[in-house]
Amino acid sequence: MTEQVVYAYAVARDSTELAEALSGLEGVARSPVHLVRGGQGGELVAAVSPVDAADFGEVPLRRHLEDLTWLEAVARAHHGVIEALTERITVLPLRLATVYLDDDRVRGMLDRRGDVFADRLARLTAHVEWGVKLYVEPSAEEPPPAVPASDDAGPGRSYLRRRRAERHARDDVYRTARSAAESVAEAARRYAVEHARHRVQQGELARGPGENVTNDAYLVPLERGEEFRSEVRRAVEGLSGIRVEVTGPWAPYSFAAPVETHDEGHEGAPAAGEPPDAPGGVPGERPAHRGTQRAAP
Amino acid sequence: MTEPVANRLGSVPSRASPQYGQGSSANLADILERVLDKGIVIAGDIQINLLDIELLTIKLRLLVASVDKAKEMGIDWWEHDPSLSSRAGERPSLAAENRRLRAEVEELRGDAALEPAAERPRARRAIRGDYKEHAEHAEREEPGDGEEEYAEEYTDEYAEAVHEPAAATEPAEEREGTEPPAEAAEPAEEPEEARAAPARRPARVRRTEPGRRPGRRGER
Repeated sequence: MTEQVVYAYAVARDSTELAEALSGLEGVARSPVHLVRGGQGGELVAAVSPVDAADFGEVPLRRHLEDLTWLEAVARAHHGVIEALTERITVLPLRLATVYLDDDRVRGMLDRRGDVFADRLARLTAHVEWGVKLYVEPSAEEPPPAVPASDDAGPGRSYLRRRRAERHARDDVYRTARSAAESVAEAARRYAVEHARHRVQQGELARGPGENVTNDAYLVPLERGEEFRSEVRRAVEGLSGIRVEVTGPWAPYSFAAPVETHDEGHEGAPAAGEPPDAPGGVPGERPAHRGTQRAAP
Repeated sequence: MTEPVANRLGSVPSRASPQYGQGSSANLADILERVLDKGIVIAGDIQINLLDIELLTIKLRLLVASVDKAKEMGIDWWEHDPSLSSRAGERPSLAAENRRLRAEVEELRGDAALEPAAERPRARRAIRGDYKEHAEHAEREEPGDGEEEYAEEYTDEYAEAVHEPAAATEPAEEREGTEPPAEAAEPAEEPEEARAAPARRPARVRRTEPGRRPGRRGER
């Protein structure tokens, strides 16, 4: 029998609903998910599943993480467990690939950090995260109707003229995008209690029509989700060339890290994974969570 | 008790709803930016080493996202002073680029007291690995060998780059406790951390030295 280690997905408060959510739930590598209880009063649980040390030991794990196919499978499975739990109860998602030697070690972690977890859980209870991405549609980026070609204009001049026309068209689109971004933020703020800015999505993994110009996450009370979604969508109605994509509800990934303790060394502030991109960042507008965070650095 | 409106819209934000969330259809980029970049970071027993996750995250960002790229492309207008907004989306014209370069040349030639350039292209910071190389290279350079300016600039940037994620790369044990964030601590208070810090601290010290550009003064 291969050696096993324990993969941890999330921390939550113990509840019967949680136990129900777990029945039949499979995690990474199709391993069965179970709960480990801990915390001072045993009120906290971590959802974990046993995985092969051959895949999740230090060396293999490092190698696997370089493999996008493997990474995708694990990321989706990780997310799948968190999402299944979030259907029933508020959880604190842990970073991908948090692995312990055994359940006892997980319990020890819960005991040591119980206070921090409890605080954050209290803050997030009955809230979910919604993602809001704004796109400039490709059609809107197309050059405007051709500038009337004049025969006497040399190729250089024609080129410059065309470039100018293109730039103006782009300016218009971006101005529209800007006002859309403001409308969306205004609408979203009416419902959201926290906001985090992620990096805009570009590149191979983020294919799709349009150019992503904003990528935000909002923490919204559970029962206001639909209002939030429809208001955000309404905010861009009638704006040509602008598309808004609302995703969610998500587990509060972007808000799981304790924000308030940021400067107190309480938990190792950035520990939460939010490297202060701008040390003196504006709190409300862009919580430490700027997606740009850490590595953006 | 679900709101009728919510019912009509099809996706009910009720915990009980089977339609909850994104399911398997969720965009991989959306998932990765959350599971790799968000969520609580706690040190497990298996140290894939948070640094590795950092590096992985950076690599993925090249695939998934980059604000820096956005800035490079001039689409970060909403982060700027509103007075600039009329030029929203305008990419730097050649003339503007020219002016900027001239200004930089002037700066390099002249003002020794000048603060580090405030507007260094942030795009570079995304590639921290490269920074490290540059910075280490820079650290080895002797002052006055002609590459100093270059070296110092990269050192400065490297210092910025490594400064932020510092806590994420701390050894596990330290992050378990209630240690203050690494950047708040003085080297003397964290001797065991010294091994993780050497590249960082000298750079930080240099940043704050008043006479930090001796070479430049020498040239005048």
